[in-house]
Amino acid sequence: MTVPAIETEKLTKEYPYGFLNLKKKISLENLTMQVDSGEVFGFLGPNGAGKSTTIKLLMGLIFPTSGTARLLGKPTSNIEMHRDIGYLPEQPYFYDYLTAAEVLDYFAKFYDLPAADRKDRVRRMLRKVGLETAGDIQLRKYSKGMLQRVGLAQAILHDPQLVILDEPMSGLDPVGRREVRDIILELKNAGKTILFSTHILSDAEMLCDRVGVIVSGRLQGVGAPGELVGVQTHKMEILFSLAGTQNTVRLLSHATRTGDRYRLELPEAELYPALDQLRDASAKILSVAQVKPSLEEYFMHLVSADRAQASAVEVSGK
Amino acid sequence: MNLRSKWLQAVLIVLGFAGVWRLQVAIDTERASVIRESDELLLTSPRMLKLMSFEFAPLLGQIYWTRAVQYYGEQHATPGKDFNSLWPLLDIATTLDPNLLPAYRFGSMFLSAHAPGGAGRPDLAVSLLQRGIRENPDYWRFYQDLGFIYYMDAKDYPKAAQAFEEGSRRPNAHIWMRVMAAKVAAEGESFETSMFLWRDVYQTAIDPDTKKGALAHLQVLQARQDCKQLDALSEEYEKRLGHRPSNLNQLIQSGMLSVMPGDPLGFAYILDENGKAQLNPRSPLAEKKKLFDAVK
Amino acid sequence: MTHIGAIGLNTFREAVRDRVLYNLVFFALVMMGAAVLVGQISIGIEEIVIVSLGLSAISFIGLLMAVFIGVGLVSKEMDKRTIYALLSKPVRRWEFLLGKFTGLIFTLVVNTAAMAAGLFASLLYVKHHLERTDAIVLVAVYFVLLKLAIIVSLALLFSCSTSSLLSILYCAGFYVAGSFVQQMRTLRADLLGPFAGVMRWLSYLLPNFQNFSVTGLAAHGVPVPRTLILQNTLYAALYCAIVLAAASMILSRRNLK
Repeated sequence: MTVPAIETEKLTKEYPYGFLNLKKKISLENLTMQVDSGEVFGFLGPNGAGKSTTIKLLMGLIFPTSGTARLLGKPTSNIEMHRDIGYLPEQPYFYDYLTAAEVLDYFAKFYDLPAADRKDRVRRMLRKVGLETAGDIQLRKYSKGMLQRVGLAQAILHDPQLVILDEPMSGLDPVGRREVRDIILELKNAGKTILFSTHILSDAEMLCDRVGVIVSGRLQGVGAPGELVGVQTHKMEILFSLAGTQNTVRLLSHATRTGDRYRLELPEAELYPALDQLRDASAKILSVAQVKPSLEEYFMHLVSADRAQASAVEVSGK
Repeated sequence: MNLRSKWLQAVLIVLGFAGVWRLQVAIDTERASVIRESDELLLTSPRMLKLMSFEFAPLLGQIYWTRAVQYYGEQHATPGKDFNSLWPLLDIATTLDPNLLPAYRFGSMFLSAHAPGGAGRPDLAVSLLQRGIRENPDYWRFYQDLGFIYYMDAKDYPKAAQAFEEGSRRPNAHIWMRVMAAKVAAEGESFETSMFLWRDVYQTAIDPDTKKGALAHLQVLQARQDCKQLDALSEEYEKRLGHRPSNLNQLIQSGMLSVMPGDPLGFAYILDENGKAQLNPRSPLAEKKKLFDAVK
Repeated sequence: MTHIGAIGLNTFREAVRDRVLYNLVFFALVMMGAAVLVGQISIGIEEIVIVSLGLSAISFIGLLMAVFIGVGLVSKEMDKRTIYALLSKPVRRWEFLLGKFTGLIFTLVVNTAAMAAGLFASLLYVKHHLERTDAIVLVAVYFVLLKLAIIVSLALLFSCSTSSLLSILYCAGFYVAGSFVQQMRTLRADLLGPFAGVMRWLSYLLPNFQNFSVTGLAAHGVPVPRTLILQNTLYAALYCAIVLAAASMILSRRNLK
């Protein structure tokens, strides 16, 4: 059994605040999860849910209040292990007096890569993220999207086993996002493990093997996007228009109506009988489609459940 | 392991500071052998300093005055040290801030007092005070100090009288200045004048050192006066009985003294081999008197 | 290249690309020129003035650089979040600290050397030839660098723990205190009362910058004993080690924002 790429157990982070630091803000509570080797794992959650906190805890940038975390089998306090890990910080910002090539070269030095190798990699990376023409311009002149690409480049230039990306799509236009998606897929095909956080659900659906949803510091659900949504059977949706005749179609009682147009949702098994009925009634079929449950619904459901719980707590006066 | 490394680091830091302490002691010794204080007072041109300090001149003057005080304190505390940098420091301080009254008053005292109490340069003290008078013409205390220096250290009684006289005419001058002017003009050095001047110093001094010194002077003066009177009594005794007394008990027996006379610290006076009254060698005043006499 | 060296070089590069440095060095060189002029006003003391003014300028400018760049070394990286990417590499936090330290020291060495060259140029102009005793000025410059090293380590310590503004104030405070430490020891014990013991301890534990002041000797051509050079070097090294160790302890426990 291969070692999981990421493993946390009851990872908790509290921030004391207020007078004499007596109050505590719980940023992350008892996070226990696992990311297997070769997976693409998506971290979803609203802003401030604790995604960045988790990632920073994994990278050793902040220290847990309690609980443990391991990356590639080693505890997060092991700095050497960073050789095999690439990290893209949220809102990346680099030394603005350096050029992109210089920054990448600088970071490459820490992986003990020889000079010639570094030059080669830097060039390849710049090309990969689409910055080859801008490589010699100082970063202070870069747009947010360009900085994001530099960030991605520095995360993967040493060919790490595990790549951790904090909001990799932020600040990118659709073209950029597509390119990042392609890079992630490329990494996955090369057998790398990827953990990324996002609040763009369609990206997660498209890319991830599994997702974890964090709301208010707690992990609410982990699983493949399809699993989470929890719908086993598919439903079908028929859009049709029917003029006049009310009597025949029993089905109409289940349909929603807007003027002449009707929408009917029914289980897959009942599709063809229904179509027959409508044909007999001379209804005009506009479209027949599969109702896809979306991650968004699941997500919104979790968020609102959490909010309800939070306000219940408030109301009860605790 | 975390706790252990914390302790280790703390211990290392403490050890580090111990090392720093040891090194510092060694450095102090090394530096003392090479550095002369005067080397550190490079920019001795007060005018240039004043030019360079712009609106910070008075502040800088006060800093230099503070340095002068520290310097005096250090040199005073270490026997055998000279006061060579005292005048330059005071010169600079008063050039930068001509209204620094304490610098003139105490500075002149430090300058004119004989070693080991001061630099032994009444001439420089006079220059300092004269600058003070130039810049602060209505401050009568400078005249008092001037008179004091002429009287005590320079032993120039006409000039002393003149200083007291001029000072008596300044606003708010105390009455005794006028009296002092007349007395010194008439008699030069006198017991009453000296006592008065030292008493004034004792009463107005804020620095404990100065107070102690003034007290010592008062006590020695008193002792001297007592001895003079005892000598006069001895002469009287000789006139009456034909020979000098060999000890003070004889004076008591003859009825010329009622009790054994003691110095201000309580030690009995004695008669030396020449029949002159002297301080008891066991009295601390004897040491002080030797010191004061040595610089005459 | 070691991690420390890489960070050091980068720190140096950052300092060099910051144009403020050039202005400061230029200012120092102007002061040298002024010293030459001032020397002309007086008689026979040109050399003394050039050396003392020049050393003061080098010391003062160096102090400004050490403090203003030093206090930002860590706090700027934390504020701008550039430290995140760096610490995600296999770099230990103490390596980061040491790298910053060496980078700034190197910057100071280069700038001080430039200013010292200006000083010697002025001396040459006035004296028309240099003597062996002028080498003492080099010792004085070396001592200035030792002093600056201690200040840099202090600035780093504050940079790890507090904001830039407070760091500057603390550094200034330490500098002033360290310049008067010598006097603290001769303060009269009877005047201080219960504070005498505290004062004495402080006077040894605070950095004593007077140790490094040999302007008088340099100006008058009096040689500095080799033992003193060794002692001062040890002192500076030991003090820097202590402060950097403390800074490292603070940084390794710090939760980055």
